[in-house]
Amino acid sequence: MALSGIQIFKMTPKKNCKECGCPTCMAFSMKVAQGAMDISACPYMSDDAMAQLSEATAPPMKTIKVGTGDSEYTLGGETVLYRHEKTFVSKTRYAVSLCSCMSDEEIDAKLEEDKKVDYDRIGERMCAEMLYVNYAGNGVDKYVSLVTKAAATGKVLVLGCEDADAAKAALEVCKAGKPILNGANASNYEEMSKLATEAGVVLGISGANIDELHDTVEAIEKLGNKNLVLDTTEATIKETFATTVQVRRASLKDTDRTFGYPSIVNLAKIAQGDRYMQQALLSLFTMKYGSIIVLEEMGYAEALPVFGLRQNVFTDPQKPMKVEPGIYPLNGADENSICLTTVDFALTYFLVSGELERSGVPVNLVINDAGGLSVLTSWAAGKFSGNSISKFFKENVEDKVKSRKVIIPGKVAVLKGDIESKLPGWEVIVAPLEAVQLVKFMKDLQANGEL
Amino acid sequence: MPFNRKPQKFNAAIKSVVIGSGDKTVTLGGENVLPFYAFDGEIKNGPKVGVEITDLGMEGEPESVKAYYEGAATMGEIAKKAAAMEGADFLCLRLAGGDPNGLNKSVEELIETVKEVADAVDVPLVVEGCKNVEKDSELLTKVAEVLQGRNVLVMSAREEDYKAVGAAAGLAYNQKVGAESAVDINLAKQLNVVMTQLGVSADSIVMNVGSAAVGYGYEYVVSTLDRIKAAALSQDDKMLQMPIITPIASETWNVKEAMATEEESPEWGNQEVRGVSMEIQTAAASLASGSDAVILKHPQSVATISKMIQELM
Ligand code: B12
Ligand code: SF4
Repeated sequence: MALSGIQIFKMTPKKNCKECGCPTCMAFSMKVAQGAMDISACPYMSDDAMAQLSEATAPPMKTIKVGTGDSEYTLGGETVLYRHEKTFVSKTRYAVSLCSCMSDEEIDAKLEEDKKVDYDRIGERMCAEMLYVNYAGNGVDKYVSLVTKAAATGKVLVLGCEDADAAKAALEVCKAGKPILNGANASNYEEMSKLATEAGVVLGISGANIDELHDTVEAIEKLGNKNLVLDTTEATIKETFATTVQVRRASLKDTDRTFGYPSIVNLAKIAQGDRYMQQALLSLFTMKYGSIIVLEEMGYAEALPVFGLRQNVFTDPQKPMKVEPGIYPLNGADENSICLTTVDFALTYFLVSGELERSGVPVNLVINDAGGLSVLTSWAAGKFSGNSISKFFKENVEDKVKSRKVIIPGKVAVLKGDIESKLPGWEVIVAPLEAVQLVKFMKDLQANGEL
Repeated sequence: MPFNRKPQKFNAAIKSVVIGSGDKTVTLGGENVLPFYAFDGEIKNGPKVGVEITDLGMEGEPESVKAYYEGAATMGEIAKKAAAMEGADFLCLRLAGGDPNGLNKSVEELIETVKEVADAVDVPLVVEGCKNVEKDSELLTKVAEVLQGRNVLVMSAREEDYKAVGAAAGLAYNQKVGAESAVDINLAKQLNVVMTQLGVSADSIVMNVGSAAVGYGYEYVVSTLDRIKAAALSQDDKMLQMPIITPIASETWNVKEAMATEEESPEWGNQEVRGVSMEIQTAAASLASGSDAVILKHPQSVATISKMIQELM
């Protein structure tokens, strides 16, 4: 609960000694309440008051770390419910589910499939970072051998296991990788919390409903364990959405610290076997407050949209992603190679340069200064026009490149005449609308001897 | 301490706009809680799902979409099949062929298609133009006229052509008007303001505040939708309380994830499954941020999204 200046003032020594730099204890208290000063600036605060105040002024949602080395991830630590208020800090992470009920062949095939989706999108590595290893109650040995296999991938493990013996044995073989033990509930939490604490890993807690979840978290916090994530999965899609949203909202908006932890949403439970529904929910829970989302399969069909969405949702709303304007010679292009021009929006650059590279045709990619906006946005804003393009070419390109042919994006085909009149000596070639059509287009140009 | 529920109760609501006529109508909007926050209060009308067809028939459609429409030879037959799709609440006819930079079909020709489709089905109809402002001013005015009595949603009136389209659809022929703006809360509001000043009733407007495929500048779409819903509900901003409709199919099927063939990107696997996932995930994200209706085209996406909505109600 946030404290007012008056409430804080009541806890100060009221000496008005000015050592904190404030004229009075009251003035100091007001500053602390606004978050402008830290309580530790007063040397005379009692231990008791310090403890109370640092609790009250702590961030609403804890930051929890899992995994090790290159596979260490930060979960939680969010301060806002909407991305336009402030940047979201911890990306949603995805876990593919495995189960001790699966045959060895099934498990091997799934791990093999999971390896295939691992790629780069605008400088960010995209893959399911975690594996969810579910215990079906069919023998500790079987579970341990599955966990061993999963741990060998180097991915962060989430152990879905409510059985203390199995959990203990599994932790023995994987605790060094800092997994999550997702297994505490209202009836076993003492034992589970002890196991997690001893192994030094994060504990996952679930509840039959949101009230039970709240009570169990409180009970575990009383045991002194605050290294937690909350499994907000319930019996149905509707209840899971309700719990996931209310947990996040209670912690950030209503400062309910008990719910100030990251979440796990398990689609393999609420949409089992329904790949399309899992795709829909993957998107829904990436938007609304899943810190870890568990799903049965992360193929390219799932990955391409959801990683694009995640990259969008977790970018800084204040900073457009830009690349430096200039000439980028591709595929061994030199001064005699043809030019192709587009805007300096990072996504556009990434898509266009990717396709050009795939075409293998030497080309000078000329990136204009267009304010970091997409082709049509910058065109509509007057930042990608006949004027701006011809000026950029005159100042930066004409003395460096001998070719006098330039390819422009199909979405601004209307600029052809304008550029040609303002950039004497140049021939403007209009390309297709989408970057994906570039490979064929470039190869055709080459075949027709137009380069 | 037990969990203390603090439902977000608003003293404002999104307007309900009915489209369609007779006993086949559908209500867009009407909610007074955030998207799918049924735990805060009852949601009277869930979001709705529309099926898009275009005057180009099956040309350029993915194989699987063609397969669904197999046997439908005329636009009327295509429309019937679209209307019968599992999970469909309304039909959206997009007059893509009118684009002067494309096929440049004449207004007369397109109006024939509009009539054929309207005669074939009795479900609620949305008619979208060709995106070219000059052409749409004439085309959509005519659409509003020939569909009198059907209470259709005419998309779209923009900053540049709202006087023509808004006046015809909203005033002269008593249809519903789609107000289209470019991913910006202020532009969306401004358009509603000038449209109501023109005399169009605020209860006859549905907003298309812009869309994109996920991964393609979609962060702006999310924030625009989030901010509009917040202003409408928590600040009771009357000029942003119109329900929101978001075309999804026309954005998602043109991006590389859906367009690259298996030959071009072998590691990506089945092209159709990718396209469907792109459509499903973009639709789910738009609904999560506050779209009251989405327009899709693949039968699998329509079925899945409509099921997701039912599950969340
Ligand atoms: C996100 C967005 C914004 C963001 C900007 C984000 C950004 N970094 O650009 C914001 C909210 C700021 C914005 C603002 C505006 N926007 Co805006 N925006 C969009 C939106 C939704 C997505 C744009 C995007 O990121 N696309 C993805 C990138 C990768 O696309 P791209 O650069 O075009 O690249 C593709 C192709 O062009 C191709 N390509 C690129 N280069 C080349 C080169 C060659 C040779 C080839 C072959 C291909 C190729 O590759 C890519 C993939 O195929 C679009 C609608 C839409 N769905 O597209 C509207 C849109 C572009 N905006 C539009 C408008 C009007 C505006 C504003 C002018 C609104 C206003 N009046 O204020 C402002 C202008 C900005 C300003 N004043 O500063 C209109 C443009 C209308 C038109 N046809 O001219 C659009 C189309 C929306 C609409 N339907 O009305 N916008
Ligand atoms: S240092 Fe402590 S006691 Fe001294 S004025 Fe500041 S708040 Fe008061």
